[in-house]
Amino acid sequence: MQNETKARVEQLTSPAGHPVAILRFEGDIASTSKEAVLGTFQALPGGTGLVLLDFTRVDYINSSGIALVIQLLIEATNAGQKVCAFGLSPHFVKVFTMVGIPKYAGIFPTQAEALAGL
Amino acid sequence: MSEPKTTNVEVRVPSRLGFEKVAMSTAASVARLMGFREDRIEDLKTAVAEACINAIEHGNRLNEKLNVEVILSAGPDALEVKVMDDGKGLIRQPGKQTAPDIDRKMRGEEDARGLGMFLIQSLVDEAEWVAGANGNSSYVRLVIRLDKNAE
Repeated sequence: MQNETKARVEQLTSPAGHPVAILRFEGDIASTSKEAVLGTFQALPGGTGLVLLDFTRVDYINSSGIALVIQLLIEATNAGQKVCAFGLSPHFVKVFTMVGIPKYAGIFPTQAEALAGL
Repeated sequence: MSEPKTTNVEVRVPSRLGFEKVAMSTAASVARLMGFREDRIEDLKTAVAEACINAIEHGNRLNEKLNVEVILSAGPDALEVKVMDDGKGLIRQPGKQTAPDIDRKMRGEEDARGLGMFLIQSLVDEAEWVAGANGNSSYVRLVIRLDKNAE
C-alpha cells in the first residue's frame, strides 16, 4: 500500500567547485524506506562531503520517514558531511522546521538555491 | 430553531501500514468540501495519518484481523475525527508534548522516532486520547476548526 520509495544518486559540482551528491527520492518516505534513504546514503562513495536531498517527487512523509532523515543527518554529521534539502512542499518545510531539522540541514526551495547555499 | 447539521463519514481500514493514507485522503476530501484552506488540509492529513499509524502499530499491534475505524464528523464550524482501535489506549491523557529536542536526537541520547504525538497535537486545534472502558476500543479525537476570518 505504501508507494515504494525510489532513490537515485547524481553527482554534480557545486558553484564553488566541490563535488556534490544529490539523492533524488520518489514515492513515500515512511518506515519501509530505510534502504532507500539510509542504504542509498551509506552507499555514497567515500569522500562525498556535500549531500543534497531532493524531495521534489515525494508527496507523503510520515513521522517514521522523518526519523530516517534524522538518522541520515546523524550519520552525515558523524562523518563530517554537510547536508541540505530541497523540493519539500510548504507543509513539509513547516513540519521539518517544527522538529528542528534546519539546525542540521539547510532547507531550500530549489536545487539551484541549495547548491548556492552549500 | 433547527440544530446545526453534522454529516458523518466512516472509513474502516485494516491494521496494515500504508492504509493510513486511505483515511488521510478521505479526511482531506471531507475538509475540502467543508471549505478548509489547503494549508489546514495538509495539517489535518498529517495528523490523521499519524493517529492511524499509532492505532495500527500500538493499538492493534499490526494485527491485520483488526480494523482501525475512522469517523469524520463535519459540523458547521469544525471537523471532528475519531480514530478507534482495539487497544487499551493510553493509561493517562498525555500532556502537551514539547517540541522534539533535535540536539539530543542527533547525539543519540533520544530515539530519532517518537514524533507522531507531537505532530498530532501541534497540527490540530484539539487532540484527546480516550481509553476504552473495557480495556479496548480506545480512540483519539481530533478537532480542526474552520477559520472563516482567514478566508
